[in-house]
Amino acid sequence: MGSIRLNKVSKIFGELKVIPSIDLEIENGEFVVFVGPSGCGKSTLLRLIAGLEDTSGGTIEIDGRNVTSEAPAKRGLAMVFQSYALYPHMTVRKNIAFPLKMAGEEQAVIDRKVAEAAKVLNLTDYLERKPGQLSGGQRQRVAIGRAIVRQPTAFLFDEPLSNLDAALRVTMRLEISELHQQLGTTMIYVTHDQVEAMTMADKIVVLNRGNIEQVGSPLELYSRPRNLFVAGFIGSPRMNLIEGAEAAKHGARTIGIRPEHMTVSTTDGAWKGTVGVAEHLGSDTFCHVHTESAGTLTLRTAGDAMLKHGDTIYLTPDERRIHKFNNEGLAV
Amino acid sequence: MARSVSTSRRITFTVVAWVIALILFFPILWTIITSFKSEGDAIAFPPVFLNFHWTLDSYREVQERSDYLLHVWNSAAVSFGSTLIALLISIPAAWAMAFNPGKRTKDILMWMLSTKMMPAVAVLVPFYLAFKNLGLLDTKLGLIIILTMMNLPIIVWMLYSYFKEIPGEILEAARMDGATLGKEIVYVLAPMAVPGIASTVLLNIILSWNEAFWTLNLSASQAAPLSTFIASYSSPEGLFWAKLSAASTLAIAPILVMGWFSQKQLVRGLTFGAVK
Repeated sequence: MGSIRLNKVSKIFGELKVIPSIDLEIENGEFVVFVGPSGCGKSTLLRLIAGLEDTSGGTIEIDGRNVTSEAPAKRGLAMVFQSYALYPHMTVRKNIAFPLKMAGEEQAVIDRKVAEAAKVLNLTDYLERKPGQLSGGQRQRVAIGRAIVRQPTAFLFDEPLSNLDAALRVTMRLEISELHQQLGTTMIYVTHDQVEAMTMADKIVVLNRGNIEQVGSPLELYSRPRNLFVAGFIGSPRMNLIEGAEAAKHGARTIGIRPEHMTVSTTDGAWKGTVGVAEHLGSDTFCHVHTESAGTLTLRTAGDAMLKHGDTIYLTPDERRIHKFNNEGLAV
Repeated sequence: MARSVSTSRRITFTVVAWVIALILFFPILWTIITSFKSEGDAIAFPPVFLNFHWTLDSYREVQERSDYLLHVWNSAAVSFGSTLIALLISIPAAWAMAFNPGKRTKDILMWMLSTKMMPAVAVLVPFYLAFKNLGLLDTKLGLIIILTMMNLPIIVWMLYSYFKEIPGEILEAARMDGATLGKEIVYVLAPMAVPGIASTVLLNIILSWNEAFWTLNLSASQAAPLSTFIASYSSPEGLFWAKLSAASTLAIAPILVMGWFSQKQLVRGLTFGAVK
């Protein structure tokens, strides 16, 4: 089991309210991603759950048990750190065995579990090496190995892929998702990368300045953002946000339209504009279009679209996909 | 041209470095040479450098008059003992200050260091009386206690700066893995800090070995380490230069050998944190 419930959890460092008050429920077996810009409190929230920081208020329950004042090791959670945090003086084998050794397991049990974990993570050939002799991806796998041997009730990942190069990040992302499917254990994953959030999560928690902006499945957040912050944060390229007369036509303070929800024409349409920069990615083309009435908009169109700098084009939004926001920035 | 300029500069620097090194080393060299002279040659004027009658008489007399090995044993016991105790106290102290600093941690560190700035003689009388009343005068235990106290601030400072270099996440990982505080220190912190701890230990042994003020004042014969042994050859008449030199050479030999073999470690230790 691995359900986690946060009840009015807050964290204050001196004068600074990092987390004012958060309520959150995480179901057993869910893959939950905390996402938000730097300094939004997502890592602090994870560390509060882990027990590496003391809460300033509220309670944390794991499987219905109040663990608010329990030591990290007593909570039955395992954590994978951004810097991997491997023990540099121990071999891979000893690194993975460490939590078992601390738990006082018998040597035979330790050997068996380490061998199993190494097999799952393709580390069998590296067991006698030290972390310094491994690549970034291998180190990350050792860190994951150290976490899975304990059979924790939940895994906590603190930006585990941000030190890896782009290609490896994609591979490891898949490996972690596969691991989640194999083990079925609750995972909480912190990242500032919304692509990671969208691709891995069952449930995304969008944080901003220590507050939860929205909780939902990736598609829910994408298609029904609750406010301007979520609208701008989820989706790549960002949603176009338009104010003024164009928004007033729809009876809103601000309207939002995603780059992929506009059609392009060279003859007529809602917004006339000229192409500033056209980025040809092969699969897609991203165009920054300077329009007369709606400001600069980002357009996502087919990869073979022959648009270039200086072209005059017309953009038409898909009316059903227009997001409307009121004066408070909330979706209406 | 540039190349020849840099070559001549290199030669100049090398020569200057050698001259400075020889000036620094000369007193030790002179002590060693003098220890092989007769008392007459030792005070001859103008001084004789190498062309004298080489003799081991001074060493023989020194060994006859006092038990060299006893003093070596005392020196070793006192310096290793005080280092061990200081380490047991300072590892947890430095751990706390490096990884769980409070508002006053910096102040405490500065205060600890400031105690080293006080002249030791200022507290000699109270310490002497306390030692006398506790029966610690001229005992190895007494010397171990005083040297531990004297060197503790430096050890805490050195270990603190080593520990600061260790990423806190690794210790947090150990905590998540179920390590108790003690296990965290024994299995994770200490092995990672081994180079730092080793150079701290070396420096502390050398400092304790060479310490003279407290050992001279608080020991006489039974617990006398090598510093007291040397001092016993310095008489107001000053007529025993050769024997004094022989005693000094014997006293510095062990630590010189140890320093020689560990100089790499020592230099690293002393410059650690200064350059990254």
